[in-house]
Amino acid sequence: MKPLSRTTSRSAPAPLPSPPAVKWSLIALAAIFLAIFLLLPLINVFAQAFARGWSPFWRALSDPDTGSAVRLTLMVAAISVPLNAVFGLTAAWAIAKFDFRGKALLLTLIDLPFAISPVVAGLLFVLLFGANGWMGPWLEAHHLKVIFAPPGMVLATLFVTFPYVARELIPVMHSQGREQEEAALTLGAGGWQTFWRVTLPSVKWGLFYGIILCNARAMGEFGAVWVVSGHIAGETDTLPLRVDKLYNEFDPVAPFAVATLLGLLAVATMLLKAFLDWKGRREL
Amino acid sequence: MTKSPAAAAEIAPPSNPLPGFNLTLGFSVVYLTLVVLVPIAALALKALGLSWNDLWILGTNQRALAAYQFSLTASLAAAFINALFGSLLAWVLVRYEFPGRRFFDGLIDFPFALPTAVAGLTLANLFSAHGWLGRFLVPLGITGAYSRLGVVIALTFVGLPFSVRTLQPVIETLDVAVEEAAACLGAGRARTFARVVGPTLLPAALTGFGLSFARALGEYGSVVFISGNLPGTEIAPTLIVIRLDQYDYTGAIAVALVLMIFSFALLLTLNTLQGWAARIEEP
Repeated sequence: MKPLSRTTSRSAPAPLPSPPAVKWSLIALAAIFLAIFLLLPLINVFAQAFARGWSPFWRALSDPDTGSAVRLTLMVAAISVPLNAVFGLTAAWAIAKFDFRGKALLLTLIDLPFAISPVVAGLLFVLLFGANGWMGPWLEAHHLKVIFAPPGMVLATLFVTFPYVARELIPVMHSQGREQEEAALTLGAGGWQTFWRVTLPSVKWGLFYGIILCNARAMGEFGAVWVVSGHIAGETDTLPLRVDKLYNEFDPVAPFAVATLLGLLAVATMLLKAFLDWKGRREL
Repeated sequence: MTKSPAAAAEIAPPSNPLPGFNLTLGFSVVYLTLVVLVPIAALALKALGLSWNDLWILGTNQRALAAYQFSLTASLAAAFINALFGSLLAWVLVRYEFPGRRFFDGLIDFPFALPTAVAGLTLANLFSAHGWLGRFLVPLGITGAYSRLGVVIALTFVGLPFSVRTLQPVIETLDVAVEEAAACLGAGRARTFARVVGPTLLPAALTGFGLSFARALGEYGSVVFISGNLPGTEIAPTLIVIRLDQYDYTGAIAVALVLMIFSFALLLTLNTLQGWAARIEEP
């Protein structure tokens, strides 16, 4: 299973001349579907957040528990995204530049987290580090708390965002071949120098692309962190969990107000992606 | 003339001179083991330590069976809608030039960028009786929030990009000349599509279907908002969460095992499908 691949650069090929009526009704159908199903939900988040004016919106955002949810969300992403990016780079180097037995198996194993329900992913860590888990007694004896605490949330996020960078980088690095690196080595460059000066620049857009997708998922993950979070306001709530908690309190504005932050994250992700597509196309 | 050993070595394919193979592969395998494989092994070992009888009863009792059934039905429905609209969207975005094409093309990835909790929250609101869509649909008897239909809507939303993004590259590589040849030989548009375009797109369409189905089966975040926890709207991941909340670990593990078996079977099917699709893409 592979995640979405990058939108490739394309100019529409000269198609068979469709009758204009067919062409424009298909375009209209597609545009209406996208506007209602994708655009309207986003606009609705902001409309509901401001439905009663500025003051309830501001009250929800200035709540200290929301502030701490922002900090925890940023912390979880700041730990899990770089780790998975380093893994993505090493896995892509080994898989794209070398031939070895078991490569197909390794690729399948990298995809595993995509196939496993996030809720099950959370459960895996409960069984490993929870009070009744394998490491539970040892952790308790050393007064360490992983489950229902931030470390468990970082681990669950690492698991669900594990394949993102690797999956994005492997095809990019593979398509580069290894002639450039071989030339650099022949000219006397060291291994690290070759990596930093030759390989990294040639895959940088693919790497950034994987990182922003990984980050969007890390900050927005719900199921996996729900299971391992202690649901303590101000301590173990990330932004998506905070949205859920406010929703269950039947507050009409607050969950949408907090959701605008995640909506902005989505918009920023989309804009960055568009920028990377444009940059990548220009360099081709 | 016999070649000297030195000349033979020059002719033989050069060995890979790139450094770092052991380091990168070693790190990758260790990291994969720690982050992914050890946790999965923890579940497997825990399950082995439990009574098979308990697992079987908790994994197949009436509530669990109802949850699997609804999970499968709703995910299939969502994947089917995605295959249908995904094909339409991919076709329109690749083949037609129109104002705003770039914008709509970028918009396709939106469900990947938007946290699923926010998707569930806003969709539930849109389709509720006072929402922008619900105020027209609810009087017609279409309740798209806090209902089974709502779950299908949420699952369709989160899976949409998979089917569009797997079909787009294949439509791009379609050779227009083949369609023209079919047209020259007297095939109508419908027949050209059914006999020439359709079979080429089939592996990608099935892959997209499988990917959005797999995503839907595991999805929890968006569903929890739109299902309203009403009877009949319980999916398998929801049941796991409910059992964990009651500290019923055996019950949660039983459902998780069934879901994992589904996921692994799907992953293998998808790998096979993608191999097939790759062969068609590169004749």
